[in-house]
Amino acid sequence: MQLIPNNLIGFFEEPLESLSGVLDNTSLLLLISCVLGLLLIASFIGRMLERQTDDRVNIAVVRAFNHRIRAWWLMIAILVVGFVTGNTCTVILFGLISFWALREFITMTPTRRSDHRALFWSFFIITPLQFVMVGMEKYGLFSTIIPVYASLLIPARIAVSNDQKQFLERSAKIQLALLICVYALSFAPATLYLDLSNSHNEDVRPEGLLFFFVLITQLNDIFQYGWGKLLGDRRVIAPNINARRSWEGFIGGAATTTLVGALLHSVTPFEYWQAALLSLVVAIMGFFGGMVMSAIKRDRGVSDFGTLVQGHAGVLDRIDSMCFAAPIFYHVAKAILEHSDKVTG
Amino acid sequence: MKFMSRLLVIVAKLLSGYSVRWLDCQPDTCQRIYFANHTSHLDALVLWASLPHDLRALTRPVAAKDYWEGGPVRRHIATSFNALLIDRKEIKVHQSPVDLMIREMGNTFSLIVFPEGGRNSSDEMGRFKSGLYYLAKKRPDLELVPVYLDNMNRILPRGEVLPVPLLSCITIGEPIWLENGEGKAEFLRRARQSIIDIREATT
Repeated sequence: MQLIPNNLIGFFEEPLESLSGVLDNTSLLLLISCVLGLLLIASFIGRMLERQTDDRVNIAVVRAFNHRIRAWWLMIAILVVGFVTGNTCTVILFGLISFWALREFITMTPTRRSDHRALFWSFFIITPLQFVMVGMEKYGLFSTIIPVYASLLIPARIAVSNDQKQFLERSAKIQLALLICVYALSFAPATLYLDLSNSHNEDVRPEGLLFFFVLITQLNDIFQYGWGKLLGDRRVIAPNINARRSWEGFIGGAATTTLVGALLHSVTPFEYWQAALLSLVVAIMGFFGGMVMSAIKRDRGVSDFGTLVQGHAGVLDRIDSMCFAAPIFYHVAKAILEHSDKVTG
Repeated sequence: MKFMSRLLVIVAKLLSGYSVRWLDCQPDTCQRIYFANHTSHLDALVLWASLPHDLRALTRPVAAKDYWEGGPVRRHIATSFNALLIDRKEIKVHQSPVDLMIREMGNTFSLIVFPEGGRNSSDEMGRFKSGLYYLAKKRPDLELVPVYLDNMNRILPRGEVLPVPLLSCITIGEPIWLENGEGKAEFLRRARQSIIDIREATT
C-alpha cells in the first residue's frame, strides 16, 4: 500500500530537480545574470535621475522609468522564485498576477449590480480552475474552459439574475476581461510543460523558454518606445487610441526584437531562425496588446489602469503585451517542436 | 483581541484593495467625526482599517446593532474593530443615539458615522439624517471630516453575502464645522454637498 501518493512526492522533489536543472544550464544562468546586471545599472541610473533638479530632467518621465524598473525587478523575482521552487509555484504566481490583472480590469469596467454573482464566479472559480488545469497539463481543458464554457456560463448567469439592460455589453465585458487577463496569460506558464525531448538544443530547460518569452515581450516594449522616440512621432498609427505609437516605432521595434531574439536562441530549444520567427510573432502581438489596452483605457477616459487606485500604472499596464503574445507564442513554439519531431523521427 | 484587529485590517485590505487619499486634510489624533456615504456592509470596517495605526486605536465606527449582533462571528468582528453599536429600532427617550455617541466618545475617541442611516443602493447619495447636526451642535469643537468611499458597493452590494475583490478608493476631504446660526436643513445639505464635491474632484 502506498501511503504517500506519487504526485505529492513529486511536489517535494520538483524544487530540487528544477534548481539543479537551472544551475546546470549555463546559457540560461548567464542570461539571467546579464539581465540582473542591466537591471542593477538601470536602477542606479534611476536613483541618480531622481536626485536631479526639476529643470534638468522631466520628473514624470523619471518616475515612470523607475516604476517600470520596479516592475521588472518584481517580474524577475517571480521568475527566479518560480525556477527555484518548481513549475507548480510558477503557475501559482502567474495565477496571482492574473487575479490582480482581472481585478484592475473589472474595476475599470462599469458593471451592473446584477453582475455580482457572475463576477464572483469569474474571480473565485474560473480563474483558479484555469491555472489548476495548466498545472495539471490538461491542454484540452485549459484551452477551452474560458473561450467555450465560461463564455456560455457567464451570459447564462447574468440572464438568471433577471436584469436585461445592456445584456450583450455586460456579457462581452466580463468575457473579454477573462480572455485577456486569465486565459491568454495562462499560456505563459503553460510553456513550462511543452515537450522539449526532441529540441534542437540538447541541454535546454523549459524555464529557459519562459524566461526568453518574458524577456522578449519586455524588450519589445522598450524597443518600440525607443524607436518611436528616436525617429519622432511622424506617422502615428491611430492618434485617437494612442498618440505615441507610430509606424516607425512599430517596425523598428519589431526588427530589433527579432534580431535580439535570434541572438538569444541558445536558451531556447530552437535554431536561430526559429527563435527569430517567434520573436517577430511576439513583437507583433505585443504591439496589438498595447493598442487594445490603450483603446480600452481611452474609452474609459483613464491614462493608466492604476490611476483610479494608486496614481501610477497598474499591473495590467505592464503585462498587456505579454497577455496578447502568450497564446500565439505557446502554439507556434509547440508547432515548431512537434514539426522537428517529425523530421528527426 | 489585538491579533484579531490586525487580521481584520489585512482582510479589509485584501478584499477591498483600498487606496487612501488625504485631500485637504491630514491624519491627526484630534477628536473628529468622519462622515461618509454608505453603500456596503464593508464601509465601516474598511474606512476604519484605512486609517493610520495610531488613529485606528482612537476611532470607533458607529454601526447598526441589528446587523453586527446577528450571530457570534459578527459580534466578535464588531468588538475587534471597536464598533459602537446603535440600536436603529428601539430609540429610547432618555438615551438617544446622539447622547450615546457623545458619551462613548469622551475626550479621546473619534467616530465614523454614516449620516444616510442605511445603505444606499442607488447611485445618488440619500438624504442625511439629523444625527450629524445634533452631534455638531452638542460638540462644536469636533472636526467634521467628509469621506467619499468609491466602489465599495461593487465589492459587497446590498443583499449579497460573497464579496468580489475589486479595488476601491477612499478619499478624505476638508473638515467642516457648524456655522454660527446655521439651520439644520442648511447644515445637512452642506455636509452632503461636501462629499459630492470630493466625488467630483476625484473623477
